[in-house]
Amino acid sequence: MDPLFLIAKIGIYAVMGVTVLAALGAVNLPNLFHAALALAAALVGVALIFVALGAEFLAVVQVLLYVGAIMTLVIFAIMLTHGLGSKGVKRRNELGLGAAGACLAFFALLFQILRKTAWPVNPQNLNHRISTADLGNALMGHFVFPFEVISVVLLAALIGAILIAKKERES
Amino acid sequence: MIVPLEHILIFSALLFVIGVYGALTRRSIIGILLSIELILNAVNINLVAFSRTTSFAPETGQIFAIFVMALAAAGATVGLAIVIALFRERKTILADEINLLKW
Repeated sequence: MDPLFLIAKIGIYAVMGVTVLAALGAVNLPNLFHAALALAAALVGVALIFVALGAEFLAVVQVLLYVGAIMTLVIFAIMLTHGLGSKGVKRRNELGLGAAGACLAFFALLFQILRKTAWPVNPQNLNHRISTADLGNALMGHFVFPFEVISVVLLAALIGAILIAKKERES
Repeated sequence: MIVPLEHILIFSALLFVIGVYGALTRRSIIGILLSIELILNAVNINLVAFSRTTSFAPETGQIFAIFVMALAAAGATVGLAIVIALFRERKTILADEINLLKW
């Protein structure tokens, strides 16, 4: 086997492991700020997986949008609502054990299904590189209607967020 | 593909299950939002992996992943705005203490 190939393979599995660990940290760390940082690490790991799958544009968007914008927003929200979360408050509800059991059972089911299914791999896709220009052509061609709808949804969400978060004037 | 499709799918299933666990057990709304971001990311990995292997047109999955990202951004902004407004009104961000609509 080509040594470069082997190194890439080991690297991808290592990224997967670190990402899963960071995700576990994001849901388990008691301090919300630490959890947000762990989630940022997990999102960077997902971006690396996108690169490994040949979706470079998505990886860049992932880093810019999630790690850059959404994490900043989350950290702002954590700091604006600071004070209640820090001192001796219980961090999780009583569902812990049941939720863990249910999630493990669901994962075991998924694992069996994924292992047993014969995936019909389309050989012409495997060697087809998608450039950013292809994505742009698809967005402006075949997918132009959902693209416009999503831009309207985004605009409505942004205006709604401003309206909800702004201080109400005393009348 | 360097890694077989099954391994990618199992990895994303693991991320999804971790996210569901977090969304079920966290008490603070911001923690729940973080877990939901994790779930959406697992879905995105699946979309990209399938677009690379089993789909008919190779760019479809990536386009859908872009749409999912845009909707996740919209959801996060509105969710965090609700959190800030709630904190101003009720001085709490714990999901089980917000029982305004419960009778």
